[in-house]
Amino acid sequence: MQGEVVRKSIRSDATSLFVRGFGYAFIGLFSFCCLIPFLLVLGTSFTKESEIVKHGFNLWPKVFSTFAYKIVFENPGLIIGSYAVTVGITVVGTVLGLFLVAMTGYALQRPDFQQRNTISFFIYFTTLFSGGLVPFYLLIKQYLGLGDNYLAVLLPGLMSPFLIIMMKSFTKSIPHAITESAKIDGAGDFTIFVRLILPMATPALATIGLFIALGYWNEWYNAMLFLSADMKYRPLQLFLYGVITSADFIKNSSASSNVPLRDVPLESMKMATAIVATGPVILFYPFVQRYFIQGITVGAVKG
Amino acid sequence: MKTITQPKAVAAAETRPRTANGGWKRFWNNRTLMLMCAPAVIFFAIFAYLPMPGLYLAFIRYNYTDGIFKSAFVGWDNFRFLVMTGDLWRLTFNTIAYNLAFIILGNCLQIFVAILLNELRKKWFKKVAQTVMFLPFFISFVIVGLIAYNILSYDYGLLNGILESLGMDPVKTYSNPHVWPFIIIITFLWQSTGYGSIVYFAAIMGLDSEVVEASEIDGANALQRIRYIVLPWLKPTFIILLLFSLGGVLRGNFGLIYNLVGANNTVLYSTTDIIETYVFRSMFNNFNFSMGSAVSLYQSVFGFIVVITANWLVKKASPDNSLF
Repeated sequence: MQGEVVRKSIRSDATSLFVRGFGYAFIGLFSFCCLIPFLLVLGTSFTKESEIVKHGFNLWPKVFSTFAYKIVFENPGLIIGSYAVTVGITVVGTVLGLFLVAMTGYALQRPDFQQRNTISFFIYFTTLFSGGLVPFYLLIKQYLGLGDNYLAVLLPGLMSPFLIIMMKSFTKSIPHAITESAKIDGAGDFTIFVRLILPMATPALATIGLFIALGYWNEWYNAMLFLSADMKYRPLQLFLYGVITSADFIKNSSASSNVPLRDVPLESMKMATAIVATGPVILFYPFVQRYFIQGITVGAVKG
Repeated sequence: MKTITQPKAVAAAETRPRTANGGWKRFWNNRTLMLMCAPAVIFFAIFAYLPMPGLYLAFIRYNYTDGIFKSAFVGWDNFRFLVMTGDLWRLTFNTIAYNLAFIILGNCLQIFVAILLNELRKKWFKKVAQTVMFLPFFISFVIVGLIAYNILSYDYGLLNGILESLGMDPVKTYSNPHVWPFIIIITFLWQSTGYGSIVYFAAIMGLDSEVVEASEIDGANALQRIRYIVLPWLKPTFIILLLFSLGGVLRGNFGLIYNLVGANNTVLYSTTDIIETYVFRSMFNNFNFSMGSAVSLYQSVFGFIVVITANWLVKKASPDNSLF
């Protein structure tokens, strides 16, 4: 703190001022570029379709219209169903995944756990070598029989070596003496983990939980692979992908909302669906940002 | 308090294994910890290890009705085909070229942004800028694809709107393969710079403020401070991150490219097709499971060699940071 005050008072030569000025300009411009696309999607979603056809996508809706949202919610069953599926998978997956990652991460950093290096390597090796898409697909679909089953999305997202390593580094900062003295008092390893470590590791749990939750919310890959169009309710991102790419959806919504096919606001509807699908993430994001920053900083320095 | 309990605890930890007779006792003592790891071990065994033997598919001509064990064994034929058609070379080149661009340009831009952020004085500006730059990391690739479409679409895109208002001809981006490397790299930088600069920014924060102050008292200006103090300070972080990411140089960013380019835009394959998209297509468009597996096996083996080499380099650069 004090250092900054000193620095500020000392350096005001031309070069330093130029660097600072350039910094404001560049960072400002870059931030602007990061934000613009979001505003573009938002603006388009509120633009009247005929205006888009005439003048293209625009940041600011020249002719304001909420028609696209009306159509999206005209047949709310589909999108609410998608929401429910995504929220369900995210909640169950995050709670379960977080518990498992925390438990594994804690056990693997215990210095008195002999097999920790073997198990760590067993987990880490999966980032070095993989069977690739084809065997994975056959395993899930044919051998586990999870085609058109939400478990095909839920299960593979539970854990990742990256998160387990992050948890290891986090729990390492909890003194081992706490574990040791609890053991002397006769507590078992699992009790120590649940009663002592978990409450002390709340910031770490928040970070890792948020990483898992974000992963599930944005999941579309496994969903695309394993959940076919036969399913009525598909996760939100896949639903959005469908709206963007398939004409079927447009036809359906035309039929269900009694709007003639040529009047369906195709373009603005894509944007409106995108807004509905990302809305929660963008709204939550400023409040949870710091947890992600914590995680990235810890995760980058391997534990 | 602590000074009393700690030595006791450490002593206990050290004597226990020694008094135990043999490995079995120690193994038994760790049973709970092992059970705690069991779900993870089972998880990775099923989802990561179980598919590995499936790479045997690369050596057969798989067809669905015969199954894995009854399909004809063809040895290296699938690989021969990939080499002869030139596919393997193109895929390798594209995947590596994209990754190198991502890694090198990405890290440089991240360092650049982190250093400039550190030079700013207005707290609120810094905060807002960091928040906004981090934002693209939080959206799914599906939305990234939609945003690109928003800008590049021939009929409605923002780009053509701007070009038209300047009196220029609209461009057909989605049928011009030459511009896609730029689009893909720019999109990647757009999405990852805020995220990546956090690591470097945190590293700069770790810089001893006394060193910085001393340099300023000695009359160093901002540029000199960056050149002689900040950059050398970031060098180890840079090298480690660089080598780590080089380990994954053969693993393509499927989500990004698939959503940007679209599933079936054949016109763009020459510059956008990477290993992952090829494997995906050979599975779902051509139902050629064996060809997909052959490419995957090649990717995994070659990638493994690259990681081992990268780790060996990390070990030389900084033994503490090596992976194994």
